[in-house]
Amino acid sequence: MKGIIHFVRGYGFSQGHEAGKYTFPFVLLLLAVSVFAAAANTFLPVDSALYVSTYTITLLGKYLCYAMLALAVDIIWGYCGILSLGHGAFFALGGYGMGMYLMRQIGDRGVYGHPVLPDFMVFLDWQTLPWFWQGMDHFGFAMLMALFVPGLLAFVFGWLAFRSRVTGVYLSIMTQALTYALLLSFFRNEMGFGGNNGLTDFKEILGFDLQADSTRVSLFLITALLLVVLLLVSQRILSSQFGKVIVAIRDAEPRARFLGYRTERYKVWLFVYSAVIAGIAGALYVPQVGIINPSEFSPINSIEIVIWVAVGGRGTLIGAILGALLVNYAKTRFTAILPDAWLFALGALFVLVTLYLPQGLIGLVSQIKHKWQQVRRKEVGA
Amino acid sequence: MIKLDTARQLLRRDRIWPFLMPEQPTIDVGNQMILYVEGLTLSFDGFKALNNLNLYIKDGELRCLIGANGAGKTTLMDVITGKTQCDSGSVFFGQNHNLLEKDEASIAQLGIGRKFQKPTVFEAQTVYDNLMLALKQDKRVLPVLFSQLIHSEKVKSKKAKSKKTKSQKACIDETLQTIGLAEHAFAQAGTLSHGQKQWLEIGMLLVSDSRLLLIDEPVAGMTAEETERTAELLTSLAGERTVIVVEHDMEFVRRIANTVTVLHQGAVLAEGTMAQIQANQEVIEVYLGKEEQKPEQDKQVGAAP
Repeated sequence: MKGIIHFVRGYGFSQGHEAGKYTFPFVLLLLAVSVFAAAANTFLPVDSALYVSTYTITLLGKYLCYAMLALAVDIIWGYCGILSLGHGAFFALGGYGMGMYLMRQIGDRGVYGHPVLPDFMVFLDWQTLPWFWQGMDHFGFAMLMALFVPGLLAFVFGWLAFRSRVTGVYLSIMTQALTYALLLSFFRNEMGFGGNNGLTDFKEILGFDLQADSTRVSLFLITALLLVVLLLVSQRILSSQFGKVIVAIRDAEPRARFLGYRTERYKVWLFVYSAVIAGIAGALYVPQVGIINPSEFSPINSIEIVIWVAVGGRGTLIGAILGALLVNYAKTRFTAILPDAWLFALGALFVLVTLYLPQGLIGLVSQIKHKWQQVRRKEVGA
Repeated sequence: MIKLDTARQLLRRDRIWPFLMPEQPTIDVGNQMILYVEGLTLSFDGFKALNNLNLYIKDGELRCLIGANGAGKTTLMDVITGKTQCDSGSVFFGQNHNLLEKDEASIAQLGIGRKFQKPTVFEAQTVYDNLMLALKQDKRVLPVLFSQLIHSEKVKSKKAKSKKTKSQKACIDETLQTIGLAEHAFAQAGTLSHGQKQWLEIGMLLVSDSRLLLIDEPVAGMTAEETERTAELLTSLAGERTVIVVEHDMEFVRRIANTVTVLHQGAVLAEGTMAQIQANQEVIEVYLGKEEQKPEQDKQVGAAP
């Protein structure tokens, strides 16, 4: 109990990692921009110069979900060196949890008007609700599942992989295979998740109309707030003694083991934590974009996440968030101009960042600072 | 009341559910022996890395292991610390801990510390953090998550610190002095020189309060002066702790060792004082080689105390 109090109280933004000192200003900026965008949408007239359209709000909300996903990947990749190329799987599972709840909320307003069964089940001529759809009409239970299922999968996968001491590129390939296997199985109609089309045509969440501006703004604000909370909690965890052990495992796992740390347990719990964050991101993503289908499991999505983190700067948390926001904004712009060239641009970006910015954009800031100090020192000396 | 007592007696946990009792951390060093290695055999694809090896280490002893490359020195350390499984044989720490059925982490928690051949420290973290990670403490996930950080320059004396934390801090500060890295306490371990990294790794064993230290090539890459200081440190450790050193530098071995064990092809070839070893014909043939032959040999034996 004392430990928990200490854990909560000892909130040092500048403790531990050097990137920590940017966290506080970053959080303020993020919250300020979010609140401003929400207020501009709600209170300003449509013809005002500062008006933010609901389309933009939804887009920003989507970016923030991606940022949360990038945060999840940075926690395990940047701090523990576990390169997961399958984090999209946890994101999609969280999304399916929310999607199932939203499907059940449709009730008898579907095309076939069945009071209980979602449209695709009626179409497949199913008579009863499968067992795993039971209870998903309760928001609390559905959200619990949206966190529990990714967490459980991460626990089982991590426990098997880390206990057998699978590391490096082999682990990355396994995570990739994991998400690909899920992609293939969710494509099947018999799985009971809507097959190829996924879950869509949602009407309302907790009784609020999903198309209404106020609902969209609220979802956006909730996403921003949760992102901030998760960022702060993660920062706190990683700057604690636990975080130091995690970094130690990244840099010299045998050494940590011979000091008496059961490294596989540390890795499993960090992996679970990261998967749960990805699940939360997925659950927030689905009501905002209005659809979840198996393509979210596609390996390319998971690789894109890694690129966001690399661009922002891994092992810094806010770098991952920044990277996700910037790359996704670029993607939106780029695909509007040259839709076919985006993947090439993304690949080129990854190569350039790997070659010239090993520390990402956050690293660039400190590089420039360092150069600047050198120049100034020289001037003072001369 | 009496009935209650009787019931308690009947239900004593150590008798009825002995597996529920926390494991005895004490090490039974009756017979003055701390490490028993018996009949250890291990082969990799037909190559016998260890061949019916027997080794007994006294409590508080400083023992040097020497031998040519491939004689099984590092493999022996791997088996003792749980990194490698052996084919047959037994390894006991004290009389009551069978090391062969434990993993690396629990062996380390029992108090067996190890320094690798290549200095291995946590390069991205400060010297202080390296030592803090090595401290003897509860190393399970939850206790570590909620444990209090010992240092942090900025938070220095703002918060009341528990007695335990204070003694841990004192322990780290003392070790920093011992290993001569007090000035570099907040430097990144990756920026240290090779010799300093070796020292830091030894320092990590010191703060972990290990009872048995396995030290693989401590003076490789050290200057003469650093070697001298390492020798002093290791000899001062013996007595309170038990130290096993693997080293190729014969001058260094001569300087620190009371008892030397020569390994050859996975088995013990000879054991004794440095003088006895150097006079041993077999050892000269297989290890010390022709350049340290008779005339020089006599001189060295004469020089040894």
